Amino acid sequence: MKLIDALYKDAPLATRNEITPKLGFLLTVVLALAWLIPFLWMGVATLRPSSDGINLMAELMPSLKPTLDNVRDAWEIGDFPRYVLNTTIICTGILLVQFVTITLAGFAFARLDFAGKTPIFYLFLMQLMLVPVLLIVPNLSLVVQLGLYDTLAGVMMPFFASAFGTFLMRQAFEAIPTELEDAALIDGASLIQRIRHIYVPLSLPSFSAFAIISVTSHWNDFLWPLMVINSPDKRPLTVGLSVFTKTAEGTQAWGTIAAGTLMVIAPLLITFLIFQKRFISSFVTSGIK
Amino acid sequence: MSLAEPAALPVATSAAPRLNVLKRFTSRFKASLPAYLLLLPSLIFLALFTYGAMSRVLIDALYQRATPKAPLRFVGLDNISAVLTDPAFTGAVVNNLIYALGTAIPSIGLALLFALALARTNAVTSALRAALFLPVLIPMVAASALFLFIFLPNVGLLDHYIGRLLPVLPNWLGDPDVALTAIMIITIWKNAGYYMLFFLAGLQAVPEDVMEAAHLDGAGPFMRLRYIILPELKPTFLFVTVIATLNAVTQVDHVFVLTQGGPSNATNLVLFYIYQQAVEHFDVGKASAATLLTLAALMALTALSFRTMAKREGGP
Repeated sequence: MKLIDALYKDAPLATRNEITPKLGFLLTVVLALAWLIPFLWMGVATLRPSSDGINLMAELMPSLKPTLDNVRDAWEIGDFPRYVLNTTIICTGILLVQFVTITLAGFAFARLDFAGKTPIFYLFLMQLMLVPVLLIVPNLSLVVQLGLYDTLAGVMMPFFASAFGTFLMRQAFEAIPTELEDAALIDGASLIQRIRHIYVPLSLPSFSAFAIISVTSHWNDFLWPLMVINSPDKRPLTVGLSVFTKTAEGTQAWGTIAAGTLMVIAPLLITFLIFQKRFISSFVTSGIK
Repeated sequence: MSLAEPAALPVATSAAPRLNVLKRFTSRFKASLPAYLLLLPSLIFLALFTYGAMSRVLIDALYQRATPKAPLRFVGLDNISAVLTDPAFTGAVVNNLIYALGTAIPSIGLALLFALALARTNAVTSALRAALFLPVLIPMVAASALFLFIFLPNVGLLDHYIGRLLPVLPNWLGDPDVALTAIMIITIWKNAGYYMLFFLAGLQAVPEDVMEAAHLDGAGPFMRLRYIILPELKPTFLFVTVIATLNAVTQVDHVFVLTQGGPSNATNLVLFYIYQQAVEHFDVGKASAATLLTLAALMALTALSFRTMAKREGGP
C-alpha cells in the first residue's frame, strides 16, 4: 500500500487518502498483468525444448534449458521470409499511393474553392461510414474483372484512396499560414511546386501519424488478402500464419506455433516500443479509419 | 482571401443572356478545374471500390443462377427473402447481436476503469498503458494463434491454471454453449486497450476546478464519477460505442482461424456467413443480399447515433 501511496502523492490533498481510487488502480495492475500472459506464454513456449513434453507446455516458468529449435522449425516449415516480403510490398505500395492521393485531395479541400465542394466532401465522408471490409464480395468480383485476382496489386487497390487520410491532411494543410504560399506564388511557384515545397514539408507529423495507422491496419489485414490471394508464394504474413498454425496444430507443435506468432508480431511490437508516444497519439486520431 | 485562390473574374460580354449563362458556367468550371484534377486520383478509386461496390451489391442481390453454370436471371427480391428465411443467416444475426453486446459492454467498461486508474502520467502508468495497448497492435490472426493454445482442452494454459478449480473442464472452443464466449474473450482482450485511449483523451477535458469544487463539497469518488466525469465523457461513450459496434461486425478473423463458425454454427457471425456464401457456395446473389442487409442495418445505426449526438450537443 505504501508503494501506491507514493504514486498518489501528487493527487489533490482532499483525495489523497481515499481508498476507492487505489483499489481501482490495484485491479488495473492485476488486469494489466493478466493482459500480458499470452505474450509471456508466447516467449516462454518459444524457448522451451520439445523434450519438456506436452504437459509442461502451459507452464509459464521459463525452461532451464532454453533452445532456439522452435524458431528454426517455424522458419523452415513456414515460408516466413517470403510472407514478410509480401506484407512489406503490400504495406509500402498502399502507403506510397495513399500519400499521393491524400495530399492532392487534402490540398483541394483545404485551400481551393470549387463548384460542388460540399457534395464531393460528403462523397468522401461516405467512405468512412461504409465499412470497406463489408464490401469484400463486390470488390472481389471487380478485382477478378480487372485481371488482378491472385496478385499483390489486387490486394492493395481498394485502399489506394483514403477518406481518413484526406481529412487528416486537410486539417494539417488548413493550419499552415497562407502567407507562406503567397510568397511562393509571387516567386512564380506552380501549384504542384507549392504543395511539394511548402505544404508537404510542414505537415510531416501528420504524414507519420497516417503512416502508422495505415501500416498497422494493412499489416494486420486478413480476410481481404485471404480472398484475393490463391498462390502460396503470394500470401501475406497473416494468411501465411493462419495456414502455418493449421499445419502445426495437426502435429501439436505448440512451441513452433508460438515461435511463428512471435516472428509475425515482433516487427510491430519493437517499432511500438521505440515510438510508443507517437503510436498512441496516432491511434487516438484514428477513431474511424 | 489569399492570393493562392484567385477569384474567377466575371467576363464582360455583350452576347445573348443564354450564352452568358453558359459562359459563366464554363468559367466557373475552368476555375474549379485544378481542384477536380487534384481530386481525380482519389475519386477514381472511391468510384471503383466504394460507390461502384455499393451499386454492384444492389444489382447482384437481384440476380441468381439456377445452377452454378446456368446464366444469370433476374429474381427480384428472392435473394433477400432466401437470406431472411435461411436459419444459418438468422442464427448468425442472433450470434452477432450477442457478440456485439458481449464484447462492447465489457470492453468499454474495462476501458473506462483503465483510463480512470491510469489518467495521471508517470513511469508506472505509462508502462501499464503500454501493456494494455499491446494486443491492439497485433493481427487478430496472431491473437488467435496464441488463444488456440490458451483454450486447448486439458493441457492448454487456461485448463492448466484455472481449470483445476472447476469440477468439469469445459471444452472452450468445442462446446457450442461456450465457444462464442471464448471468441468474445479474445475480442475484449484485444480491444479494451484501444478504447482506453479515447477515454484517456476524454478525461483530459474534465475541468480541474469543478473536480476541486466537488472535493471541497465532500463528494466521494463515486459521486464525482457519477455527476462530473460520466456526463463529461458522454460524447466519448457514444463515439466508442459506434466503433465497438463496427468492430463487432467487421472483426471476425478469429472465427476464421479458430472455429470456422462452428461447433454447429454457434460462432457463425454475419461477415463469416457472407464469406461462406460467396467463397464456399459460390452464391454471389445470396452473399450480396446479406451484405446489403448488413450495410443497411449498420448505416441506420450510425445515422441514429450521430443524430442522438447532434441532439445532445445542440439540445438545452
